[in-house]
Amino acid sequence: MTSSRTATRLKPESIIGLVVLAAAAAWIVYSFVSGPAQFTQVLVIGLANGAMYALIALGYTMVYGIIELINFAHGDLFMLGSVVGSIFLEEWLGKKTSSVANWLWLAVAMVFSMAFCSALNMFIERIAYRRLRNAPKLAPLITAVGVSFILQNVGIKLNGSAPNSRPSVLPTSKETINIGSIEIRIAYLVVVAVTVPLLLLMTWIVQKTRTGKAMRATAQDRDASLLMGINVDRIISYTFALGGALAGAAGMLHAQVNGQTRYDAGFRLGLIAFTAAVLGGVGNLPGAVIGGVLLGVIQALNEGAPHFFGQEWTQTVMFTILIVMVTLRPGGIFGKHQQEKV
Amino acid sequence: MLRDLLDRNKPLRFGFIGLAALVALFLPSLASEKTDGILPLFTVVLCAVYALFALGLNIVVGFAGLLDLGYVAFFLFGAYTSAWFMSDFWFSKNIHFLDTARLEIPGVHLSFWLVIIIAGVLAALAGLVIGAPTLRLKSDYLALVTLGFGEILPEVFRNLERFTNGTKGIGPVDRIGMGFLDVVPGVDKTVSSSNFTMKYYIILVFCALFVYVSTKLRDGRLGRAWLAIREDELAASLMGVPLMKTKLWSYGVGAVAGGVGGAFYATIVGTVNVDNFQFSFSIIILCAVILGGMGNVWGAILGGVLITWFNYTGLTYLGEKFNSISPKDINLKNYEFAFFGVVLVLMMLFRPEGLIPAARSRQVKKVDKALESLGTTGSTS
Repeated sequence: MTSSRTATRLKPESIIGLVVLAAAAAWIVYSFVSGPAQFTQVLVIGLANGAMYALIALGYTMVYGIIELINFAHGDLFMLGSVVGSIFLEEWLGKKTSSVANWLWLAVAMVFSMAFCSALNMFIERIAYRRLRNAPKLAPLITAVGVSFILQNVGIKLNGSAPNSRPSVLPTSKETINIGSIEIRIAYLVVVAVTVPLLLLMTWIVQKTRTGKAMRATAQDRDASLLMGINVDRIISYTFALGGALAGAAGMLHAQVNGQTRYDAGFRLGLIAFTAAVLGGVGNLPGAVIGGVLLGVIQALNEGAPHFFGQEWTQTVMFTILIVMVTLRPGGIFGKHQQEKV
Repeated sequence: MLRDLLDRNKPLRFGFIGLAALVALFLPSLASEKTDGILPLFTVVLCAVYALFALGLNIVVGFAGLLDLGYVAFFLFGAYTSAWFMSDFWFSKNIHFLDTARLEIPGVHLSFWLVIIIAGVLAALAGLVIGAPTLRLKSDYLALVTLGFGEILPEVFRNLERFTNGTKGIGPVDRIGMGFLDVVPGVDKTVSSSNFTMKYYIILVFCALFVYVSTKLRDGRLGRAWLAIREDELAASLMGVPLMKTKLWSYGVGAVAGGVGGAFYATIVGTVNVDNFQFSFSIIILCAVILGGMGNVWGAILGGVLITWFNYTGLTYLGEKFNSISPKDINLKNYEFAFFGVVLVLMMLFRPEGLIPAARSRQVKKVDKALESLGTTGSTS
């Protein structure tokens, strides 16, 4: 008798969710059938973009996991990474054409951009967020919005208020690998080839190193970590540095693939990346990666695949996903809904 | 301290309020018709409109403690209400009701005063629709979702050109008719589009009305419920405060100010274009509320006026003054984002209670100080 009580019952919310998912899946299949080649091409673009979103989303999710702050400035950090990295590569090093030697210089520029972003992120945390760690929750949130605006202004100063085209040292859009009738840009493969090792490195740092262990402990219970002799301030600083480095890498790749930098890119991509973090469950690192890739694919399908809404509706689609996820499944697609800490 | 004196001395307090009212009444005569001085008339009108917006957001952020980053949505609804019901946009129809447009002009033309009411109601409904699914969320998620709505709505309005004319915009918006009020000397039958003084007084009336409503609500049962939720949501719900209903009320009332201000804004600028409605608007209003003092009605007004003046006149003006004395040429207007950002960060770090702190923030601070002198840490953790 009592065993039937513990059986999971389908709530109306989850039924609606399943119906929506089924409809989306049917739509995707329909789109694939209408134009398989175009669909696959778009899918690859989506995977590459999604990999970049995953890099940014990790920064959000790590910071949220450890101090429960939505770091609104993180997207703008990514933007600054793309601008500073591009300036470094194009104006200081003078590398503007695609060649094997210049790919190595691109790697140097990427390291520079990563170092810049992690230093900047640590600096921001030290100056703006640390003082407010015990303040009411609104305070750091509003501060983060303020920091985001300051960074955008720095972006305007460095990049100009109009989109600034940047010569790419990656293979151009004409250099493709052809599989049957499917054309795949080599640049997208480069993005995936750079992102995957970075993500693996990240997982290794968090899961295997001593500092990673301290990070996880701090995320779980800050006070207890302090009592266990963990230098919590240093660990939080380290988390911001890691997140910043990933944002810097994503920024450099984004500038190279799209061939332009713009000061307001951070706002939009930052929100998409945060949606990715929410999709995977905030604080869940593999979840953020999967969420990022998923959103990249959804965006690309919406913009390029047959029978979708088109580019002018991208933001609406993205934010609708965000709103629906946050209201119906705040724990993410895998996560369970967590009880609020009292 | 002046503040303590004002709290204890009632006549003095009313004196201060009277002084503020006098300044507000005579502000247009101090302003100049030119656009490049220290106080152009156009900026004065905008200051009053933004003060109204700040009053509205103050109810949501200041009273109820809900961070709304999508206030631009209500502004947008208000402005489009004016555009829809006071212009020739619906050219296949020809509806006139107590309006100022000539009869042969097609479109829907309603009285400005009716449109203001419709705008308020529409914005409040929008607030309820946005609020109902989202107000259950934790504060930081709420901020994000409201931001999402603030981003989606302009895009939807841009894309649905059949209803909004997209980026081309809707205009011109009809002039304001004063109806029977033209018996008062100095009031015209219709307010001409360049008569900013009259427009200023109209919006001033709405500001005064909203100040009254705000203070009445704050001191009433609903206001105390908002305060309880702001300070501790869990405790408030245990004490029997209906969370959703109370939060929705704050959203709805706050939205009304946004709608009314938006509808009025449309009659000032004449054309409603979707590009006017951006995320930075939400931040500017938030900045105003924080600068003035979260939860303080007078603070919201002061913040709204200061921020708007800086945004529309101050930065340019000060930049020119600076350039005339220094050899380096700096366009201060290029730093407006940084200006708002710095205001937000500095206020949060050094004076989170704002320029004019609300009564409660002052008390909390006093208790904190007293505890500090006893050698313990603050009361709020």
